[in-house]
Amino acid sequence: MSTNVKERESMFSAKNMRLIKTPINLSNPITVQVLGICSALAVTAKLMPAIVLSISVLVVMAVSNVVISILRNGIPPRIRIIVQLVVIAAMVILVDQVLKAFLYDVSKQLSVFVGLIITNCIIMGRLEAFAMGNKPWPAFLDGIGNALGYGIILIVVAFFRELLGSGTLLDYQVIPQSIYELGYKNNGLMILPPMALITVGVIIWIQRYYTRDLIEKN
Amino acid sequence: MQEIFNIFIKSIFIDNMVFAYFLGMCSYLAVSKTVKTSVGLGFAVIFVLGITVPVDYLLNEFVLKPGALVWVDKDFADVDLSFLSFILFIAIIASMVQLVEMIVEKFSPTLYSSLGIFLPLIAVNCAILGGSLFMQEREYQSLAQATSFGLGSGVGWFLAIVGIAAIREKIRYSNVPPALRGLGITFIITGLMGIAFMSFLGIKL
Repeated sequence: MSTNVKERESMFSAKNMRLIKTPINLSNPITVQVLGICSALAVTAKLMPAIVLSISVLVVMAVSNVVISILRNGIPPRIRIIVQLVVIAAMVILVDQVLKAFLYDVSKQLSVFVGLIITNCIIMGRLEAFAMGNKPWPAFLDGIGNALGYGIILIVVAFFRELLGSGTLLDYQVIPQSIYELGYKNNGLMILPPMALITVGVIIWIQRYYTRDLIEKN
Repeated sequence: MQEIFNIFIKSIFIDNMVFAYFLGMCSYLAVSKTVKTSVGLGFAVIFVLGITVPVDYLLNEFVLKPGALVWVDKDFADVDLSFLSFILFIAIIASMVQLVEMIVEKFSPTLYSSLGIFLPLIAVNCAILGGSLFMQEREYQSLAQATSFGLGSGVGWFLAIVGIAAIREKIRYSNVPPALRGLGITFIITGLMGIAFMSFLGIKL
């Protein structure tokens, strides 16, 4: 635990930077910690909702990590789950209202999944595992790092699904018409929900192939 | 009556919580190692969804919907509290789970010990909050419809977790590529099960 971190430690020390870097690969929230999968897969049929959801999670996670970290000594342990849920729910309501005001179409596409950020296990998990025992600045970095690790997987999955499934990226046509004339067809299966799971499965396969430490013992 | 039955079948097979919306994936992946525990969790989810969805339906109908507060006073006709739905739904779910736990412990100790630690875990299962949010979004017409949607979603989730647990028990004897073992193969099997479930899309209700 880094409660014994020296006061003078620089804000961007190697130790703090590690808080951002490890969740991106070695302890990635989705592929290693298996948290927050629920909302991750459903929004990845197109790139745009995936990016918006990643940014929403980043904001909710960074702010609620800091808030809980500031309050950590004042929260009675018995009711901490309720306190955490209230902080997260308040943040999610803010994000939801902002999305409805400025990005109405995307917020319609995301439908219930903005609300489901509340029960996204990754946020509760990090609050419980990290923010309850650390100072605000490391908690902030930890939130950013985990949200980035989450967002990267979301965006990679959405990139392949939109590219192969509809031949577009962010709704711009990227596969030229001439290729379609040669007989290329969009793979409609990629847009359907099951392919999100299989894409994540393949990402896990590739990641573990290169990071041998993560392989599970049978 | 037929409408209610249609909603029930539809929420089990066509709009399956796991395969069509990926809700409750965290506990689905974590608790599906053996059939026995997954049956316990599956029943707990059916139970809680069958209670929270109707309760949240009443809350939505009489407090949150635009103009829902008319029964208090005519002046409230244009009050729209729907922005509060997230926080109220999660509060209802957390307290209902707590209540259900106490009631079950009091009246049926055997059921309580078989559900064990799963009941409290359910408060943060996204399938539960998802059930309430879908209920709100799809605007079901009556309490009976909302209840049958809640129960149907629970049964669908139950089928999914028991299915994957049975497959995972058997796959332990197969020679899976090392990097794919455990989590990776579970994802891919779930995807294949999802494709199988999509064949129900043809059902016209």
